[in-house]
Amino acid sequence: MKRRRSLLFVPGNNPGMVANAGVFGADGVIFDLEDAVAQDQKDGARILVRNALAVLPMKGCERIVRINSMDRPIWLEDLEAVVAGGADSIMLPKAQSRAEMEELDRALSDAEKRVGREEGALDVIALVETPTGVENSGDIATARRVSGMLLGAEDLTAALGVPRTVDGEEISYARGRMVMAAKAAGIDAIDTPFTDTDDMEGLVKDVLFARSIGFDGKALISPRHVEAVNRAFTPTDGEMEWARAVVRALEEGERAGKGAVSVGGKMVDAPVAARARKTLAMRGEA
Amino acid sequence: MRDKMIGSLKEALKVMGLADGMTLSFHHHLRNGDAVLNGTLDAAFSLGVSGLTVAASSIFPVHAPLVEHIRKGTVSRLEVNYMSGPVADFVSRGGIAEPVIFRTHGGRPRSIESGELPIDIAVVAAPSADGRGNLTGTKGPSACGSLGYAMADARCAKRVLAVTDNPVDRVAPASIDQSLVDAVVTVDSIGDPAGIVSGTTRMPRDPVALVMARYAAMAIKASGLLADGVSFQTGAGGASLAAASYLRDMMRDLGVVGSFGMGGITSHMVRFLREGLVKRLYDVQCFDLEAVKSIAEDERHVEVSASLYASPGTKGPLVDDLDVVILGATEIDLDFNVNVHTDSSGRIIGGSGGHSDTAAGAKLAVVVAPLVRSRLPIVVDRVTTVSTPGDTVDLLVTERGIAVNPRRPELREALDRAGLPVMSIRELREIALSITGVPRSSRPKGRTVGIVEYRDGSLIDRISEVS
Repeated sequence: MKRRRSLLFVPGNNPGMVANAGVFGADGVIFDLEDAVAQDQKDGARILVRNALAVLPMKGCERIVRINSMDRPIWLEDLEAVVAGGADSIMLPKAQSRAEMEELDRALSDAEKRVGREEGALDVIALVETPTGVENSGDIATARRVSGMLLGAEDLTAALGVPRTVDGEEISYARGRMVMAAKAAGIDAIDTPFTDTDDMEGLVKDVLFARSIGFDGKALISPRHVEAVNRAFTPTDGEMEWARAVVRALEEGERAGKGAVSVGGKMVDAPVAARARKTLAMRGEA
Repeated sequence: MRDKMIGSLKEALKVMGLADGMTLSFHHHLRNGDAVLNGTLDAAFSLGVSGLTVAASSIFPVHAPLVEHIRKGTVSRLEVNYMSGPVADFVSRGGIAEPVIFRTHGGRPRSIESGELPIDIAVVAAPSADGRGNLTGTKGPSACGSLGYAMADARCAKRVLAVTDNPVDRVAPASIDQSLVDAVVTVDSIGDPAGIVSGTTRMPRDPVALVMARYAAMAIKASGLLADGVSFQTGAGGASLAAASYLRDMMRDLGVVGSFGMGGITSHMVRFLREGLVKRLYDVQCFDLEAVKSIAEDERHVEVSASLYASPGTKGPLVDDLDVVILGATEIDLDFNVNVHTDSSGRIIGGSGGHSDTAAGAKLAVVVAPLVRSRLPIVVDRVTTVSTPGDTVDLLVTERGIAVNPRRPELREALDRAGLPVMSIRELREIALSITGVPRSSRPKGRTVGIVEYRDGSLIDRISEVS
């Protein structure tokens, strides 16, 4: 199971940061060709990221590239370069509709064919950051290749004309809607970055909240956030103990021919069993 | 003579009998704020002497005027533990005829006490001094804390001259006492406080340093040494400070109480003491104001001589009691030999300091360095200069993985079990080269400009002139 607890944004035009992107322990790195890169540096960033993808050792780290949005013609140049470079996934900003996702899928297939990669090799993570995108998240989530959806709260609140707050009340609908759409489609729901790089306490609170409402991971803008985010999205020892007890009880019940089992006085039914197994899998226990 | 005060440096040097070819020693507690070495050599020049040997525990950029004194012939030989800045550049380019002798922080007092390095006049910069010659570093406008590096000099030199900018009625207790000091000179200023100590040594924000620090702390924990009574030394460099911070959290979580922390002391080490995580600090050098304040006020914060700290001649220096030391490197090779003297082009940029002393003494010597620094791989086939022999180094921690010295298979197993990214040093070298490509060798081939002595006085390497 590919984990996406932490996806770290790295500006595609900064050689030092690109070179070190893989060392922070993030499950994935998002090389950014979009907002972090000034207009007159787009070409340089594209070349840097393509070469980095081709040569940098980044064992066990998913290599995602955020290309420019489809309303700018350079998105196709980005796509060609990063498919050739060997990216694992593409992140499409301002994802708004099923039709766009289908167009991206076709363009990816063409690029894969041209550079000799297997058709369908690349995944897509849709970055949903407009009101239209949020409302269409169900359609986006079920499109071909889409394996994750990321909420972009900064652009979204700007479009809504409301301030972004630490508590995040203004994005609670979007968060809930995205989680529901992602889970219905069986893909990863990834939460918006926490933007105050020095507020570690606020970060932990924000991540734990995101996990509590169903997110699988979080995007990050600071390497210093990786450790805390990974920890928050990893089951605690207590949660692991509970999950092992549930699985043990199920196995014993099965051997004894019992229909129902309980752990700690609580009935273990199918969803509880599934949750326990998922918890174990998250820390690599079958 | 109850009052040993003399009016000027020039006069004092005359009284001390300064003559051509003598050896003058200096300590580096005032670091890059020191004004005493330059002032003393100016005075020596005005007296017309020549051919002096300067035995300074360290030379910093502030000592740039020394270059002129070498050119003019006032100074003809240098013996140091560390040098950086214009003097180091001058030496690297072959500016001085006699090769510079590099020692370690423990090797220097060993050679002084054994008579290998005879000192005619020890010039001791003293942040406070009284008229009888009692000296301390803990008070005064140029307070630097410990005077540990000056103690062997004061004990063994033929003559001892203290230089202060803070004459007081009585210094008690003294770091260096009146029985050792022949004369005291008062000057306007012995140094620039901004260059002597920093406000507070700051934790790094560099995320790569933080990754290395976390690995280092996890490796130390995995080694099993992080138990009650643990002793350690960490440097004042970024990754070292961050590793100390992770260690502090781990010790607190595990309820471990260490025995002592040692070395150059920073505010971060002082926190270990104040929070009860170590019982003592052994301080041979203070790095920041918090450390200076602590050594002045807290009796558990103990000033120690460089000799007691690290000299193999003391039949059991404190470094032998160290469990863990965290060290840096400019290069490390496939045999774990470490270079901290020169950069990869062979230019002198530092020196051993306590590097090889602590590596030899500690149960676990951890070298922390980025695998790639300024486009160059840190792991090399063969270091440009051997500062610390590889058989005293146990671990190399980089941001991309940890290499364990093959002579410690049990340590490798422990780190593997802890889930740390362990690989061979050869694999780390390959990863570095996959990023940087193979750099063209620029090993210098000129005449010998530096002789690197190991802590026991044996020759460990030579440093060549760079073009």
